[in-house]
Amino acid sequence: MTENAIELVNITKTFGDVVANDCVNLTVKKGEILALLGENGSGKTTLVNMLSGIYFPDSGEIFVNGERAVIRSPIDAFSYGIGMVHQHLKLVDVFTAAENVVLGLKGGVCIDRKKLAVKIREIAEKYGFEIDPKKKIYDMAISEKQTVEIIKVLYRGANILILDEPTAVLTPQETEKFFDVLRKMKEDGKSIIIITHKLNEVLAISDRVAILRKGRSVGVVETRTATAQSLTEAMVGRSVSLSIERPEVPLTGDRLTVQELNCVDHEGVRVLKDVSFVLHGGEILGVAGVAGSGQRELCEALSGLQPIKSGHIYHNDGDFSEDIVGKSPFDIARMGIRSAFVPEDRLGMGLVAGMSMVDNMMLKNYHESKGLFVDRKKPRMVADELIKRLGIVTPNASTPVRRLSGGNVQKVLLGREINSNPSVLIAAYPVRGLDINSSYMIYDLLNEQKKKGVAVLYVGEDLDVLMQLCDRIIVMCGGAITGVVDPRAVTKEKIGELMMRHENDRSEEVAG
Amino acid sequence: MDSVINLVNAAVLAGTPLLFGTLGEILTEKSGNLNLGVEGMMFMGAVSGLWAAVFYESIAATVSGVLAAIFAVIGSFLFGALGALIYSFLTVTLRANQNVTGLTLTIFGTGIANFLGEILAQNMGGYARVTTVTQGAFANLNIPGLSDLPVVGKLLFSYNFVVYLGIVIALVMWWFFKKTRVGLNLRAVGESPATADSAGINVTLYKYLATCIGGGICGIGGMYVSMVTTNGVWVYNCVSGLGWIAVALVIFVAWKPALGILGALVFGGLSVLRMYVPLGIPMEIYEMVPYVATVIVLIVTSIRQSKENSQPKSCGLNYFREER
Repeated sequence: MTENAIELVNITKTFGDVVANDCVNLTVKKGEILALLGENGSGKTTLVNMLSGIYFPDSGEIFVNGERAVIRSPIDAFSYGIGMVHQHLKLVDVFTAAENVVLGLKGGVCIDRKKLAVKIREIAEKYGFEIDPKKKIYDMAISEKQTVEIIKVLYRGANILILDEPTAVLTPQETEKFFDVLRKMKEDGKSIIIITHKLNEVLAISDRVAILRKGRSVGVVETRTATAQSLTEAMVGRSVSLSIERPEVPLTGDRLTVQELNCVDHEGVRVLKDVSFVLHGGEILGVAGVAGSGQRELCEALSGLQPIKSGHIYHNDGDFSEDIVGKSPFDIARMGIRSAFVPEDRLGMGLVAGMSMVDNMMLKNYHESKGLFVDRKKPRMVADELIKRLGIVTPNASTPVRRLSGGNVQKVLLGREINSNPSVLIAAYPVRGLDINSSYMIYDLLNEQKKKGVAVLYVGEDLDVLMQLCDRIIVMCGGAITGVVDPRAVTKEKIGELMMRHENDRSEEVAG
Repeated sequence: MDSVINLVNAAVLAGTPLLFGTLGEILTEKSGNLNLGVEGMMFMGAVSGLWAAVFYESIAATVSGVLAAIFAVIGSFLFGALGALIYSFLTVTLRANQNVTGLTLTIFGTGIANFLGEILAQNMGGYARVTTVTQGAFANLNIPGLSDLPVVGKLLFSYNFVVYLGIVIALVMWWFFKKTRVGLNLRAVGESPATADSAGINVTLYKYLATCIGGGICGIGGMYVSMVTTNGVWVYNCVSGLGWIAVALVIFVAWKPALGILGALVFGGLSVLRMYVPLGIPMEIYEMVPYVATVIVLIVTSIRQSKENSQPKSCGLNYFREER
């Protein structure tokens, strides 16, 4: 018997010319939690996908429990006791928890639902999960969905679990609970590989940390000897400052006054409930909340994209004060309001994926040019300038933005919005999926706007970032504001509590 | 009372091809394939069913009605499934657009059926028809003891065997989706192929099988038209629009096979209304009724949005594992 659950030896995987993994070596011991750390594009997901049977390595060997393993499909992976929980949960919405668990398994012609439910409850009890096997996935909060996903893997008898960014969607309290479950699994002798970007979580849960950089393994460290600083340096390859600036800027007056805003979605569910706040120039106002708590609807309402049932949104600029409720984005722009919006769906709502940077720049102001034809010179100049100023990596300004990496896409989008010289900037999850370097660049850009006196609304998911970057934070839950806090004086736990305040109302909205 | 029974009788007979088309398309859509070629596959089934029966008659020493019926059913199933196989190859393997492929299949099926039908008619001296023995096999059954019961006998036990075959298929499909492991897997393929794939389900195989069997069932519906509705005689353009009503019926019955029986009955009734409910309105208005009802159904069902009773989520989208 060997004490290694998994051994990867000289694993190489290429996609065309791109080397995703280059001679990676990695061992996972039995009964340990190994954190896999690396920037975007460093090959973490590719590596674990080779363990879960999605990809097949070009060269190198995989040993499971000391024996050489060939994993060609997810079924092979199950047979070696390897189970993976993907970042984007793979569940069928209209099925119950139990149906999702049993999906694809061999057995009798019919499904014995009673026996299945009993077995699921057994697993749940053993590790301290809470689950109702008969509940439909679409009725579940995101943390419950994740529970189903993990039980699905355990039900298949996995001894080695791979978790790809499992905590991205959880509140601090839920994360704590989730870590307790992981610790129980570890005591039970299971090995866990966890991928996460949050360094404090790496330090809290893992036994060892393996770091990948540009497809190569750059080292494995014992967690107790590591710090957030040392891990970041190993990951990025040079020393970086981890603190986010929060410059003190004098406020330049109320820019946006939201009063008693109410919205309902097409199914008649209230998605915003009596939302009122004031956004000042020269501040970054953070919005915290579990995904689906009304953040998207709020941003869209402020941009004229969401039908509003009642309430007022006043844009103020000096003497100017106009209510934009009922106006389309085009109307709002014509009223002379300089409002910029960086939506969370960058390539869906923010940019046209198949169009070049130049054309995307034009979308914002093509209607201002006179005559029959559009003027391409100016947007081209803007695009070239953005490439230089923000260090956007692209062959040229005519490349379709779809081909750029996530961080560069975001720079294009944010760059375009900033270039319109806004007085209000709304940014929804601007660093989602971005690596450390790109994230810090975005923070700097937002701070720059703040210093110019722009009113910035920042919707974020990482509470650590929100608390370091923002001047004030409003916390949303179930479409309502449950608190406005000063990040300098509040604890993460307190924010987490506010995020969960209307537990009962919330579940119906999260379902959508 | 008698006229009500007569209306129901006629509705069942007229609704049966719709039932087959609906069931075939439900099975197809449950795998995430939106095959708009129902009309085409029904046409293909119509001509091949008739051709198979005629072929059997030409090789048999003494014609047995049962065997002729079996030839017709199998022949129509296989040719309908062949249409669906073309569709599957184009959409699943080559990932062509499903809507366009389905529409093309309708045009193809209609064309080839009328073409083959004319050839068959020419071969048989200008008029393609089966013998009276075979016609008898598709006539209404007389089940001893049951068919003679008052009211119930006429209402439930007096149809040709294809009607009962359709009901059996509907109930089996209901059981298959609701209770079985394979049915659950198939539904997962239609809802979220990526999930099914990562659970170790062979998405391609499931899509091919469900679509081809679905196409075969549509084909049997077409055979019903040529063997029962037209009494074993090839009639140019005989299916004419039934496939399209079936596509709408799938939505009407919310992808539930058992409910399909009721849906087909209602629409069958609408199409024979003119003969049983005289209202003194022009014939043309009667003929419009099923299509107007289809439009209304589509409007109503698109207003009624629910997660449970809606189209499988990936329906109309092709699955490619490495696409993100």
